[in-house]
Amino acid sequence: MSGNFNSFSNFNDMHLDILKEIGNIGSGNAITALAKMLNKKIDMEVPKVKILKFSEVTEILGCAENPVVGVMLAIEGDMTGCILFLLDLSAARALVNMLMGMDNKAMADNAEFSEIEVSALKETGNILASSYLSALSELTGIKVYPSVPDISIDMAGAILSVPAIEFGKLGETVLYIETEFSEGCTRVVGDFFLVPDIESYGVLMRALGVIW
Amino acid sequence: MQNILRVGMADLKCVEYPGILTTLGLGSCVGIALFDTQRKVIGLAHIMLPSSSQARSIENPAKFADTAIINLLEDMERNGARLRNIVAKLAGGAQMFAFSKLSSILNVGERNVASAKEKLNELNIPIISEDTGGNYGRTIEFYSNDGSLLIKTIGHGVKKI
Repeated sequence: MSGNFNSFSNFNDMHLDILKEIGNIGSGNAITALAKMLNKKIDMEVPKVKILKFSEVTEILGCAENPVVGVMLAIEGDMTGCILFLLDLSAARALVNMLMGMDNKAMADNAEFSEIEVSALKETGNILASSYLSALSELTGIKVYPSVPDISIDMAGAILSVPAIEFGKLGETVLYIETEFSEGCTRVVGDFFLVPDIESYGVLMRALGVIW
Repeated sequence: MQNILRVGMADLKCVEYPGILTTLGLGSCVGIALFDTQRKVIGLAHIMLPSSSQARSIENPAKFADTAIINLLEDMERNGARLRNIVAKLAGGAQMFAFSKLSSILNVGERNVASAKEKLNELNIPIISEDTGGNYGRTIEFYSNDGSLLIKTIGHGVKKI
Protein backbone atom coordinates (compact mmCIF):
# COMPACT_ATOMS: atom_id res chain seq x y z
CA MET A 1 0.00 0.00 0.00
CA SER A 2 1.31 3.46 -0.75
CA GLY A 3 1.62 6.33 1.69
CA ASN A 4 -1.32 8.30 0.39
CA PHE A 5 -3.38 7.50 3.45
CA ASN A 6 -5.59 10.49 4.01
CA SER A 7 -8.24 9.86 6.60
CA PHE A 8 -9.45 7.67 9.42
CA SER A 9 -12.14 6.33 7.13
CA ASN A 10 -9.59 3.82 5.74
CA PHE A 11 -9.60 2.08 9.12
CA ASN A 12 -10.79 -1.46 9.45
CA ASP A 13 -11.73 -3.38 12.60
CA MET A 14 -8.17 -4.47 13.27
CA HIS A 15 -6.91 -0.89 13.31
CA LEU A 16 -9.74 0.12 15.58
CA ASP A 17 -8.78 -2.77 17.88
CA ILE A 18 -5.21 -1.47 18.05
CA LEU A 19 -6.40 2.02 18.94
CA LYS A 20 -8.84 0.54 21.44
CA GLU A 21 -6.02 -1.39 23.05
CA ILE A 22 -3.90 1.75 23.25
CA GLY A 23 -6.88 3.54 24.75
CA ASN A 24 -7.39 0.68 27.17
CA ILE A 25 -3.79 0.64 28.37
CA GLY A 26 -3.64 4.45 28.42
CA SER A 27 -6.81 4.70 30.45
CA GLY A 28 -5.57 1.89 32.70
CA ASN A 29 -2.39 3.86 33.43
CA ALA A 30 -4.44 6.96 34.05
CA ILE A 31 -6.89 5.29 36.41
CA THR A 32 -4.04 3.73 38.38
CA ALA A 33 -2.53 7.19 38.81
CA LEU A 34 -5.90 8.62 39.81
CA ALA A 35 -6.55 5.77 42.27
CA LYS A 36 -3.16 6.34 43.92
CA MET A 37 -3.84 10.05 44.16
CA LEU A 38 -7.25 9.46 45.75
CA ASN A 39 -6.23 6.35 47.65
CA LYS A 40 -9.46 4.71 46.45
CA LYS A 41 -10.45 1.79 44.29
CA ILE A 42 -11.48 2.93 40.83
CA ASP A 43 -13.08 0.68 38.23
CA MET A 44 -12.87 1.21 34.51
CA GLU A 45 -14.87 0.04 31.51
CA VAL A 46 -13.22 -0.99 28.25
CA PRO A 47 -12.94 2.23 26.22
CA LYS A 48 -15.09 2.62 23.13
CA VAL A 49 -13.28 3.77 20.00
CA LYS A 50 -15.38 5.29 17.24
CA ILE A 51 -15.01 7.13 13.97
CA LEU A 52 -17.67 9.81 13.80
CA LYS A 53 -18.95 12.30 11.25
CA PHE A 54 -18.89 15.99 12.24
CA SER A 55 -22.65 16.05 12.45
CA GLU A 56 -22.55 13.22 15.01
CA VAL A 57 -19.73 14.66 17.11
CA THR A 58 -21.69 17.18 19.11
CA GLU A 59 -24.56 14.74 19.55
CA ILE A 60 -22.48 12.48 21.79
CA LEU A 61 -22.54 15.31 24.32
CA GLY A 62 -26.17 16.21 23.82
CA CYS A 63 -26.62 19.72 22.51
CA ALA A 64 -23.80 21.75 20.92
CA GLU A 65 -24.74 24.56 23.28
CA ASN A 66 -24.29 22.53 26.50
CA PRO A 67 -21.39 23.62 28.67
CA VAL A 68 -18.56 21.07 28.91
CA VAL A 69 -15.02 20.96 30.29
CA GLY A 70 -12.18 20.49 27.80
CA VAL A 71 -8.52 19.94 28.70
CA MET A 72 -6.11 20.15 25.80
CA LEU A 73 -2.44 19.21 25.51
CA ALA A 74 -0.23 19.90 22.55
CA ILE A 75 1.85 16.95 21.34
CA GLU A 76 5.44 17.25 20.18
CA GLY A 77 8.01 14.71 19.10
CA ASP A 78 7.86 12.12 16.30
CA MET A 79 4.17 12.84 15.99
CA THR A 80 2.72 16.34 16.45
CA GLY A 81 -0.83 17.46 17.08
CA CYS A 82 -2.98 17.65 20.17
CA ILE A 83 -5.11 15.57 22.48
CA LEU A 84 -8.37 16.75 24.00
CA PHE A 85 -10.03 15.29 27.09
CA LEU A 86 -13.68 16.21 27.42
CA LEU A 87 -16.17 15.88 30.28
CA ASP A 88 -19.74 17.05 30.61
CA LEU A 89 -20.42 19.33 33.60
CA SER A 90 -22.02 16.69 35.81
CA ALA A 91 -19.12 14.29 35.18
CA ALA A 92 -16.68 17.12 35.92
CA ARG A 93 -18.53 17.90 39.13
CA ALA A 94 -18.49 14.23 40.16
CA LEU A 95 -14.77 14.07 39.41
CA VAL A 96 -14.03 17.23 41.40
CA ASN A 97 -16.06 15.90 44.32
CA MET A 98 -14.10 12.63 44.10
CA LEU A 99 -10.82 14.56 44.10
CA MET A 100 -11.81 16.91 46.89
CA GLY A 101 -13.42 14.15 48.96
CA MET A 102 -16.76 15.91 48.95
CA ASP A 103 -20.25 14.49 49.04
CA ASN A 104 -21.97 14.56 45.64
CA LYS A 105 -25.04 16.14 47.17
CA ALA A 106 -23.01 19.00 48.59
CA MET A 107 -22.83 20.76 45.23
CA ALA A 108 -25.41 21.19 42.53
CA ASP A 109 -24.39 20.17 39.00
CA ASN A 110 -24.70 23.73 37.78
CA ALA A 111 -22.59 25.33 40.54
CA GLU A 112 -19.62 27.23 39.15
CA PHE A 113 -16.20 25.70 39.59
CA SER A 114 -13.84 27.51 41.96
CA GLU A 115 -10.29 28.29 40.93
CA ILE A 116 -8.90 25.29 42.79
CA GLU A 117 -11.53 23.01 41.25
CA VAL A 118 -10.66 24.21 37.74
CA SER A 119 -7.02 23.58 38.55
CA ALA A 120 -7.86 20.06 39.81
CA LEU A 121 -9.78 19.32 36.61
CA LYS A 122 -6.91 20.59 34.50
CA GLU A 123 -4.47 18.37 36.38
CA THR A 124 -6.73 15.31 36.07
CA GLY A 125 -7.12 15.92 32.35
CA ASN A 126 -3.36 16.27 32.18
CA ILE A 127 -2.77 12.93 33.96
CA LEU A 128 -5.32 11.10 31.81
CA ALA A 129 -4.14 12.52 28.50
CA SER A 130 -0.45 12.05 29.33
CA SER A 131 -1.10 8.43 30.34
CA TYR A 132 -2.90 7.84 27.08
CA LEU A 133 0.06 9.29 25.19
CA SER A 134 2.62 7.25 27.09
CA ALA A 135 0.68 4.07 26.22
CA LEU A 136 0.66 5.15 22.57
CA SER A 137 4.38 5.79 22.78
CA GLU A 138 5.20 2.44 24.44
CA LEU A 139 3.11 0.38 22.03
CA THR A 140 4.17 2.05 18.83
CA GLY A 141 7.67 3.27 19.58
CA ILE A 142 6.65 6.79 18.52
CA LYS A 143 8.18 9.37 20.83
CA VAL A 144 5.66 11.98 21.96
CA TYR A 145 5.98 14.79 24.48
CA PRO A 146 2.86 16.45 25.86
CA SER A 147 2.84 20.18 26.61
CA VAL A 148 1.40 21.78 29.75
CA PRO A 149 -2.40 21.53 29.65
CA ASP A 150 -4.90 24.29 28.99
CA ILE A 151 -8.54 24.17 30.07
CA SER A 152 -11.72 25.66 28.64
CA ILE A 153 -15.22 25.46 30.12
CA ASP A 154 -17.60 26.44 27.34
CA MET A 155 -20.14 25.22 24.78
CA ALA A 156 -19.57 21.65 23.54
CA GLY A 157 -19.71 22.73 19.91
CA ALA A 158 -17.14 25.47 20.44
CA ILE A 159 -14.64 23.19 22.19
CA LEU A 160 -15.20 20.36 19.73
CA SER A 161 -14.62 22.73 16.84
CA VAL A 162 -10.90 22.59 17.72
CA PRO A 163 -10.41 18.86 16.89
CA ALA A 164 -13.16 18.94 14.26
CA ILE A 165 -11.35 21.65 12.28
CA GLU A 166 -8.08 19.70 12.31
CA PHE A 167 -9.85 16.55 11.13
CA GLY A 168 -11.77 18.68 8.66
CA LYS A 169 -8.58 19.34 6.71
CA LEU A 170 -8.51 15.66 5.79
CA GLY A 171 -12.05 14.47 5.54
CA GLU A 172 -15.44 14.34 7.13
CA THR A 173 -14.73 12.23 10.20
CA VAL A 174 -13.04 12.36 13.63
CA LEU A 175 -11.50 9.67 15.86
CA TYR A 176 -13.03 9.52 19.30
CA ILE A 177 -12.36 7.38 22.39
CA GLU A 178 -14.85 7.15 25.25
CA THR A 179 -13.53 6.21 28.70
CA GLU A 180 -15.77 5.39 31.60
CA PHE A 181 -14.64 4.95 35.19
CA SER A 182 -16.31 4.76 38.56
CA GLU A 183 -15.58 5.05 42.25
CA GLY A 184 -18.25 3.40 44.40
CA CYS A 185 -21.47 4.40 42.71
CA THR A 186 -20.13 7.59 41.12
CA ARG A 187 -19.72 7.15 37.37
CA VAL A 188 -17.59 9.44 35.25
CA VAL A 189 -17.59 9.29 31.46
CA GLY A 190 -14.90 11.17 29.60
CA ASP A 191 -14.00 11.45 25.93
CA PHE A 192 -10.60 11.66 24.30
CA PHE A 193 -9.99 13.12 20.87
CA LEU A 194 -6.59 12.34 19.43
CA VAL A 195 -5.80 14.92 16.77
CA PRO A 196 -2.60 14.35 14.75
CA ASP A 197 -1.36 17.16 12.52
CA ILE A 198 -1.75 16.38 8.83
CA GLU A 199 1.96 15.60 8.50
CA SER A 200 1.77 13.12 11.39
CA TYR A 201 -0.90 10.79 10.03
CA GLY A 202 1.67 8.84 8.08
CA VAL A 203 3.82 8.40 11.21
CA LEU A 204 0.90 7.12 13.26
CA MET A 205 -0.46 4.88 10.53
CA ARG A 206 2.93 3.39 9.78
CA ALA A 207 3.47 2.68 13.49
CA LEU A 208 0.07 1.01 13.69
CA GLY A 209 0.84 -1.06 10.59
CA VAL A 210 -1.92 0.53 8.53
CA ILE A 211 0.57 1.63 5.89
CA TRP A 212 4.22 0.76 5.43
CA MET B 1 -43.14 29.71 18.78
CA GLN B 2 -41.67 30.47 15.40
CA ASN B 3 -39.98 27.85 13.35
CA ILE B 4 -36.21 28.07 13.83
CA LEU B 5 -34.06 26.21 11.31
CA ARG B 6 -30.79 24.84 12.62
CA VAL B 7 -27.57 25.07 10.63
CA GLY B 8 -25.04 22.37 11.60
CA MET B 9 -21.25 22.40 11.55
CA ALA B 10 -20.00 22.69 7.93
CA ASP B 11 -23.54 23.38 6.78
CA LEU B 12 -25.51 26.26 5.20
CA LYS B 13 -29.16 27.17 4.85
CA CYS B 14 -31.34 30.00 3.59
CA VAL B 15 -34.95 31.03 4.34
CA GLU B 16 -37.40 33.79 3.51
CA TYR B 17 -39.33 36.03 5.90
CA PRO B 18 -40.48 35.19 8.60
CA GLY B 19 -37.89 32.44 9.03
CA ILE B 20 -35.17 32.34 11.67
CA LEU B 21 -31.82 30.56 11.32
CA THR B 22 -29.60 29.43 14.18
CA THR B 23 -26.27 27.72 14.65
CA LEU B 24 -25.06 26.42 18.02
CA GLY B 25 -21.68 26.55 19.69
CA LEU B 26 -19.45 28.39 17.22
CA GLY B 27 -15.85 28.13 18.42
CA SER B 28 -13.09 28.74 15.90
CA CYS B 29 -15.71 28.21 13.21
CA VAL B 30 -17.34 31.32 11.75
CA GLY B 31 -21.02 32.04 11.19
CA ILE B 32 -21.47 34.01 7.96
CA ALA B 33 -24.89 35.68 7.95
CA LEU B 34 -26.18 37.24 4.71
CA PHE B 35 -29.33 39.40 4.54
CA ASP B 36 -31.23 40.76 1.54
CA THR B 37 -32.46 44.06 3.00
CA GLN B 38 -35.23 44.44 0.40
CA ARG B 39 -36.65 40.96 0.03
CA LYS B 40 -35.92 39.72 3.55
CA VAL B 41 -34.20 36.55 2.48
CA ILE B 42 -31.53 35.38 4.95
CA GLY B 43 -28.74 32.85 4.63
CA LEU B 44 -26.39 31.42 7.23
CA ALA B 45 -23.22 29.34 6.78
CA HIS B 46 -21.23 27.64 9.57
CA ILE B 47 -17.74 27.31 8.11
CA MET B 48 -14.76 25.44 9.61
CA LEU B 49 -11.80 26.29 7.40
CA PRO B 50 -10.58 29.40 5.58
CA SER B 51 -10.10 28.24 2.04
CA SER B 52 -10.99 25.38 -0.28
CA SER B 53 -7.73 25.99 -2.17
CA GLN B 54 -5.64 24.32 0.58
CA ALA B 55 -7.99 21.38 0.98
CA ARG B 56 -7.33 17.87 -0.23
CA SER B 57 -10.95 17.25 -1.06
CA ILE B 58 -13.97 19.53 -1.44
CA GLU B 59 -16.74 17.03 -0.80
CA ASN B 60 -18.58 19.63 1.21
CA PRO B 61 -18.38 23.26 -0.01
CA ALA B 62 -20.09 24.47 3.20
CA LYS B 63 -16.91 23.62 5.13
CA PHE B 64 -14.83 26.44 3.61
CA ALA B 65 -15.38 30.21 3.85
CA ASP B 66 -14.88 30.90 0.13
CA THR B 67 -17.00 28.11 -1.33
CA ALA B 68 -19.70 28.41 1.35
CA ILE B 69 -20.28 32.10 0.52
CA ILE B 70 -20.68 31.31 -3.19
CA ASN B 71 -23.07 28.40 -2.52
CA LEU B 72 -25.07 30.40 -0.02
CA LEU B 73 -25.46 33.31 -2.48
CA GLU B 74 -26.69 30.93 -5.17
CA ASP B 75 -29.26 29.46 -2.77
CA MET B 76 -30.42 32.93 -1.76
CA GLU B 77 -30.72 34.11 -5.34
CA ARG B 78 -32.85 31.07 -6.13
CA ASN B 79 -35.07 32.23 -3.26
CA GLY B 80 -35.45 35.70 -4.74
CA ALA B 81 -32.52 37.57 -3.20
CA ARG B 82 -30.45 40.03 -5.28
CA LEU B 83 -26.70 40.41 -4.80
CA ARG B 84 -26.91 44.24 -4.76
CA ASN B 85 -29.27 44.15 -1.74
CA ILE B 86 -27.16 41.79 0.33
CA VAL B 87 -25.27 42.79 3.47
CA ALA B 88 -23.19 40.54 5.75
CA LYS B 89 -22.59 39.98 9.45
CA LEU B 90 -19.92 37.74 10.99
CA ALA B 91 -19.67 35.94 14.33
CA GLY B 92 -17.25 33.38 15.81
CA GLY B 93 -13.59 32.82 14.98
CA ALA B 94 -12.54 32.40 18.61
CA GLN B 95 -9.39 30.79 19.94
CA MET B 96 -10.63 28.26 22.50
CA PHE B 97 -7.23 27.15 23.85
CA ALA B 98 -4.19 29.33 24.30
CA PHE B 99 -1.03 27.55 23.14
CA SER B 100 1.70 29.52 21.50
CA LYS B 101 3.36 26.49 19.90
CA LEU B 102 0.36 25.14 18.02
CA SER B 103 -0.12 28.28 16.01
CA SER B 104 -1.43 26.57 12.89
CA ILE B 105 -4.26 24.91 14.79
CA LEU B 106 -4.97 27.82 17.03
CA ASN B 107 -5.11 30.84 14.80
CA VAL B 108 -7.55 29.10 12.48
CA GLY B 109 -10.39 31.22 13.94
CA GLU B 110 -8.61 34.40 12.94
CA ARG B 111 -7.83 33.00 9.48
CA ASN B 112 -11.46 31.94 9.02
CA VAL B 113 -12.62 35.49 9.71
CA ALA B 114 -9.98 37.00 7.40
CA SER B 115 -10.87 34.63 4.57
CA ALA B 116 -14.61 35.31 4.90
CA LYS B 117 -13.93 39.05 4.77
CA GLU B 118 -11.71 38.71 1.73
CA LYS B 119 -14.37 36.78 -0.19
CA LEU B 120 -17.14 39.20 0.81
CA ASN B 121 -15.00 42.18 -0.24
CA GLU B 122 -14.27 40.54 -3.56
CA LEU B 123 -18.04 40.24 -4.14
CA ASN B 124 -18.64 43.83 -2.94
CA ILE B 125 -20.87 42.64 -0.11
CA PRO B 126 -20.66 45.15 2.76
CA ILE B 127 -19.92 43.72 6.23
CA ILE B 128 -22.11 45.83 8.47
CA SER B 129 -21.25 44.29 11.85
CA GLU B 130 -19.23 41.52 13.46
CA ASP B 131 -18.55 39.86 16.80
CA THR B 132 -15.41 37.80 16.27
CA GLY B 133 -12.31 36.63 18.14
CA GLY B 134 -11.99 36.15 21.90
CA ASN B 135 -11.68 32.79 23.62
CA TYR B 136 -15.31 31.76 24.05
CA GLY B 137 -18.07 29.99 22.17
CA ARG B 138 -21.11 31.64 20.60
CA THR B 139 -24.60 30.55 19.65
CA ILE B 140 -26.25 32.80 17.06
CA GLU B 141 -29.82 33.44 15.91
CA PHE B 142 -30.45 35.30 12.66
CA TYR B 143 -33.82 37.02 12.08
CA SER B 144 -35.28 37.66 8.65
CA ASN B 145 -37.63 40.47 9.72
CA ASP B 146 -34.81 42.97 10.34
CA GLY B 147 -31.59 41.04 9.68
CA SER B 148 -30.57 41.24 13.32
CA LEU B 149 -28.12 38.70 14.69
CA LEU B 150 -28.50 37.63 18.32
CA ILE B 151 -25.32 36.31 19.96
CA LYS B 152 -25.44 34.20 23.11
CA THR B 153 -22.42 33.10 25.15
CA ILE B 154 -21.59 31.36 28.42
CA GLY B 155 -20.29 34.03 30.79
CA HIS B 156 -19.78 36.75 28.15
CA GLY B 157 -23.32 38.03 27.92
CA VAL B 158 -25.90 38.29 25.16
CA LYS B 159 -25.86 40.92 22.42
CA LYS B 160 -27.53 41.86 19.20
CA ILE B 161 -25.54 43.08 16.23
